[in-house]
Amino acid sequence: MSLPWKNVRADFPILHQQVHGKPLVYLDSAATAQKPRTVIDALVHYYERDNSNVHRGLHALSMRATDAYEGARTRVAKFINAADPAEIIFTRGTTEGINLVARSYAATLKPGDVILCTEMEHHSNLVPWQQAAKASGATLRYVPVLGADAEGGLDLAALDTLLTPHVKVFAFTHISNTLGTINPAAELCRRARAVGAVSVIDGAQSIGHGPFDVRALGADFVAFSGHKMCGPTGIGVLYGRRALLDALAPDETGGGMVVSVTYEEAKWKPSPERFEAGTPNIADAIALGAACDYLDALGRDQIAQHDRHLAALAREKLSAIPDIRIIGPRAGGERSGLVSFAFADVHAHDVVTFADEDGIALRGGHHCNQPLMRKLGLTGTTRASFYLYNTEEEIDLLVASLRRIVKFFGGS
Amino acid sequence: MSADLSDLYQQVILDHNKRPRNRGKLPTANRVAHGDNPSCGDQCSVYLRLDAGAPGQPERIAEISFDGSGCAISQASASLMTTQVKGKTAPEVEAMFQNFHHIVTTGETPEEISDLAAFAGVHSFPARIKCATLGWHATLNALHGEATPATTEKHTD
Repeated sequence: MSLPWKNVRADFPILHQQVHGKPLVYLDSAATAQKPRTVIDALVHYYERDNSNVHRGLHALSMRATDAYEGARTRVAKFINAADPAEIIFTRGTTEGINLVARSYAATLKPGDVILCTEMEHHSNLVPWQQAAKASGATLRYVPVLGADAEGGLDLAALDTLLTPHVKVFAFTHISNTLGTINPAAELCRRARAVGAVSVIDGAQSIGHGPFDVRALGADFVAFSGHKMCGPTGIGVLYGRRALLDALAPDETGGGMVVSVTYEEAKWKPSPERFEAGTPNIADAIALGAACDYLDALGRDQIAQHDRHLAALAREKLSAIPDIRIIGPRAGGERSGLVSFAFADVHAHDVVTFADEDGIALRGGHHCNQPLMRKLGLTGTTRASFYLYNTEEEIDLLVASLRRIVKFFGGS
Repeated sequence: MSADLSDLYQQVILDHNKRPRNRGKLPTANRVAHGDNPSCGDQCSVYLRLDAGAPGQPERIAEISFDGSGCAISQASASLMTTQVKGKTAPEVEAMFQNFHHIVTTGETPEEISDLAAFAGVHSFPARIKCATLGWHATLNALHGEATPATTEKHTD
């Protein structure tokens, strides 16, 4: 491995602590990633040196803040290879981005139109479309997930019948937060476009975990969160192709997004200002730019390789634990940096409580995937998710902890 | 295993989790209530038959059962509860719940010997209090004849 990896854990102050007397093993990055020193420093620097409101300001601090904020937009555009920084809208996170698109399209959809999702969507890419369907009279359909453990991924053959010219929006996740499945996003975007549908990618789980090129993917819209890619909470991005954004009505109105206002009416600015009413989240946007720098410096191919290596290793080692059911892609199958599993006799929340006593942070429950859980006959799973700062030794600690848990509940 | 954790998973709790009492639907039930815990997905339905026995007597829980899914704490608590509330009137069950609530939120156990004291360890794990009280909330709703699902999110626990 290249040089930066040697010291990667040293970049994350939070990792160097004990939890319940044990060194912290943080395996919950799919929920939120930890922050490197450079990102924390960017926040501190901004508040200590440059804090000011952006745009319209003529004094030095306002100009510095504006330059840094717009610089972050340009930085994010480069991070995902967008053609134009105006295609980057800063949001609070993935959920807000998807809601913005869903509400805007709800106004144009009509009965007979179809919104297509998949059965593996997070509630954030499912409920907004339910609402859009209800508001517009459009029909919501789902691409099925294959296999009793959802090991088969999306039923791509079913797409032939589902993806008709009636489909106006095809919204899907790039990587499932519950299964770890990596969907063929470029193929899905291409097939959506072939029938005249716009593609909306939930990029929350993929954005920080490897290369991400919106133009290579052929994506129309992509929503993602900063906090899952080592950035701060409260900042996210909605990417939209310029032509589509310019045709989209604003979701919120107010200051900063208007060209001119009379007592009777207002005219909208073009993207991105059109979608950023009010004072934006300046500090977190700037720190998101720092997160982009950090991930690019490490190498995003290498990050992807590292995460997937750990997940494959974890899958292999976990599968040796008695009575464990691992869901998502099978051994040897392509899987992102997370593993979800369940025990027949030990509930996920008991697993998480026990692991926490060993200093291991896991997540248990339905992972905002209730319909999928129901389909798989599960009430929840326990999820271990890996990121650039995790190690093979941490997997061994996880396995040892899980073996103790199974023994404890099995032996009672 | 830490002392806190062994306090949480007492033998009584593990036993009720593994061998739940009064589990399943009750065909003779005249009151049913469903409880859920949206943040963790735990579910618990309580079925009970209220019966006065003789005219002029207060209604008591003649039969009770539960089913659902959730963590060891929620399932064991619901199971143990069914063994404790049988034969009790609604005000008696409410008083028992107040005691139980006190146990799980403070860790203090009552002077009289009660299996409910097994849940005292829950107080060290505030996130699990709502697991321990889920079945109780459903039962109280069933007693009050409320048709709406009990949800731990509405209660202050």
